Amino acid sequence: MNFIHFDVNKCILCRECIEKCPFNALCMGKNGIEVNDACRMCSVCVKVCSAEAISFEQKAGVVDKSEWNGILVYIEQDHGDIHPVAFELIGEAHRLAAIVGFDVYAVIVGADGTENNAEKLIAYGVKKVFVYEHKGFYGFKADCYTDAVSDCIAMLKPSVVLIGATSVGRSLSPRLSTRFHTGLTADCTKLLMSENTDLIQIRPAFGGNIMAQILVEDSRPQFATVRYKVMERAEKIENPVGEVVRCNVTDYLAQSRIKVCGIKSIHRKKMIEEEEILVVAGRGVKDEKGLNLVKGLAENLGGQLCFTRPMIESGLGDTAHQIGLSGRTVKPKLIITCGVSGAIQFSSCMNGSECIIAINNDPNSQIFNIAHYCIVDNLYEIVPRLLERIQTQKEA
Amino acid sequence: MKIIVCIKQVPATMKVEVDAESGTLKRIGQNAKTNPYDLYAIEAALRIREQVGGSVTALTMGPQQTEEMMRDAYMMGVDEAVVMSDPKFAGSDVLATSFTLFQGIRLLGGADLIICGKQTTDGDTAQIGPAIAEHMGIPHVAWVSNIERVTTDLISVIQKTGSFIQESEMKFPCLITVDKDIFVPRLPSYRLGLATANKNIRFISFKDLSDKNMTRYGLIGSPTKVEKMFQPESSDGQEYINGTSIEKADSIFELLKNQKII
Ligand SMILES: Cc1cc2nc3c(=O)[nH]c(=O)nc-3n(C[C@H](O)[C@H](O)[C@H](O)COP(=O)(O)OP(=O)(O)OC[C@H]3O[C@@H](n4cnc5c(N)ncnc54)[C@H](O)[C@@H]3O)c2cc1C
Ligand SMILES: Cc1cc2nc3c(=O)[nH]c(=O)nc-3n(C[C@H](O)[C@H](O)[C@H](O)COP(=O)(O)OP(=O)(O)OC[C@H]3O[C@@H](n4cnc5c(N)ncnc54)[C@H](O)[C@@H]3O)c2cc1C
Repeated sequence: MNFIHFDVNKCILCRECIEKCPFNALCMGKNGIEVNDACRMCSVCVKVCSAEAISFEQKAGVVDKSEWNGILVYIEQDHGDIHPVAFELIGEAHRLAAIVGFDVYAVIVGADGTENNAEKLIAYGVKKVFVYEHKGFYGFKADCYTDAVSDCIAMLKPSVVLIGATSVGRSLSPRLSTRFHTGLTADCTKLLMSENTDLIQIRPAFGGNIMAQILVEDSRPQFATVRYKVMERAEKIENPVGEVVRCNVTDYLAQSRIKVCGIKSIHRKKMIEEEEILVVAGRGVKDEKGLNLVKGLAENLGGQLCFTRPMIESGLGDTAHQIGLSGRTVKPKLIITCGVSGAIQFSSCMNGSECIIAINNDPNSQIFNIAHYCIVDNLYEIVPRLLERIQTQKEA
Repeated sequence: MKIIVCIKQVPATMKVEVDAESGTLKRIGQNAKTNPYDLYAIEAALRIREQVGGSVTALTMGPQQTEEMMRDAYMMGVDEAVVMSDPKFAGSDVLATSFTLFQGIRLLGGADLIICGKQTTDGDTAQIGPAIAEHMGIPHVAWVSNIERVTTDLISVIQKTGSFIQESEMKFPCLITVDKDIFVPRLPSYRLGLATANKNIRFISFKDLSDKNMTRYGLIGSPTKVEKMFQPESSDGQEYINGTSIEKADSIFELLKNQKII
């Protein structure tokens, strides 16, 4: 894996890179600096070189697939907590690994508390969790996070690397795949493993109008990002035997050219157009009791409550929560309408939603023309039972 | 201050169809437009130029027919338009495309700031920007939602990371990809159109580039292979949920669980 390139015309032979290399991978050769196979592509040498004589030079070549084994999952931290997509990736990794007899590994990068989070992953059957903890990893810095994960990949040589298709994952993964001169498939919704360890990756493109099946046949690792809430979450296993491996992080490895000036939590409430889950109350919601039911449903699903126009007119909310021609147009992943008749002025502004569930006690109401799931029933019967099931699930 | 904005031409419509036999796209209409996300990138570049001075170059890799898109870029106010076009670039995936653009940027003498859109509406990977930054060995911040401060030697930007927003500062040279709605893109100006009507569009081909290793360009330089394409299963089906009230409520519960809503 000889990817590092020394520009002999620029190198001033100061030996700084040889001294600072954490892996003793550099030495002075006949024609200047030489690199041996202890190199982990961590880019410390690139950072310390004052003459800017060192760069990563990727070269395409056919790889020996049998040298690349196992599945590595990148564990994203959302400011102290493990991002839930990580558990789904572990679940998917186990499923794929079983087909070809691979092990599942994880890598986690961050500031204080990272090792603690790493411990939590062992219960999910991960063989080794590689930890890169250093105060320099505070916040998200694409450059030094790439260096840390590259270090892990160069050491482990995994066949597949799975990364969450979050804003952070999609910023990190292209740097990694570029550094290893290999393929990265964005936003996969389905993964299959072939006998020869080629990963069959299926993803939407053209705004979801087309599905593409993508292969990376001649290079390794195979990088894929996977969206949150697509794969099955991993289950805890009995008697886990994995271990947490604390990797050596020098100040140079954690050095970044990105300075984090501040991190704030997002307080602002989302506009209903941005919300993925909406519950709508129509005039079938007749009283305080009904209102509390639908409000509870929206809250328990992590979404917002919206209204039809007559409900807004009777003072139940502001127009920012009205769906329809004289309100907002929405396109959430899920919308549950309760006691809404489905007049065209309403439905034309929400019929692009991915999943529409309608509850209405009149089988002839228009809402059933556009709903994907139709429940002809009294909302005062349905919603309390649904709420009860959701709440018990949450407590479990 | 030298700014390079990367822009791509995409099909005017996303209503594409697949030939079920061959698994390839049926011919997409001739109509093409500028990737809508890249208009935000151009706007960001122009605003930075207005603030700290310098020049804005629009750069694209694609077929020769991108000329019209580049005329529009001139009408928005960019100073220079450069098209990288060569049959050798055809079939590029993210790795090959970003490498080609990197070679182009190098040929143009580099830049202090490179700005890309968040993603395109066709390939839709959002990977080109960070990949260019890696080729160049410069830092980047992706999906920037706000530019807090820009001077002649640094830029400070806001990005969303998980449930938080982070403000990051980078010295030039660096790269950002901008989210939609960072600014309202200006419309092409008729006056600028007249003023730039005779302005040259620079074409760069393979032979102009310093790295002529063919294994890094086009189809050969692309590790990902699109094996086939197909239409997604349509979810237009409608289902009535039957049973007692309790059974119906339980069915909704299972449905929500399967969709990982709960
Ligand atoms: C120019 C114009 C603009 C408009 N703009 C908007 C707009 O922006 N937004 C909007 O919403 N409307 C708009 N409207 C009004 C629209 O035409 C409808 O009148 C309105 O959407 C109806 O609201 P609704 O479904 O809440 O009430 P209704 O039509 O009264 O429907 C109530 C439904 O609840 C059901 N129901 C009753 N009790 C129960 C129960 N216990 N369990 C289950 N179901 C029950 C009933 O069967 C009925 O279908 C506009 C109209 C015009 C003319
Ligand atoms: C259906 C389908 C699926 C695909 N899936 C993958 C995949 O998973 N992995 C993969 O590696 N390739 C994939 N490709 C190929 C990929 O779309 C092209 O390689 C394309 O050149 C790069 O990506 P993009 O359109 O996704 O751009 P994005 O990465 O989404 O674009 C981000 C920004 O980069 C800049 N940019 C992008 N392209 C250009 C350009 N040509 N010239 C100037 N600036 C540009 C623009 O500023 C743009 O806003 C796929 C192609 C198709 C048709």
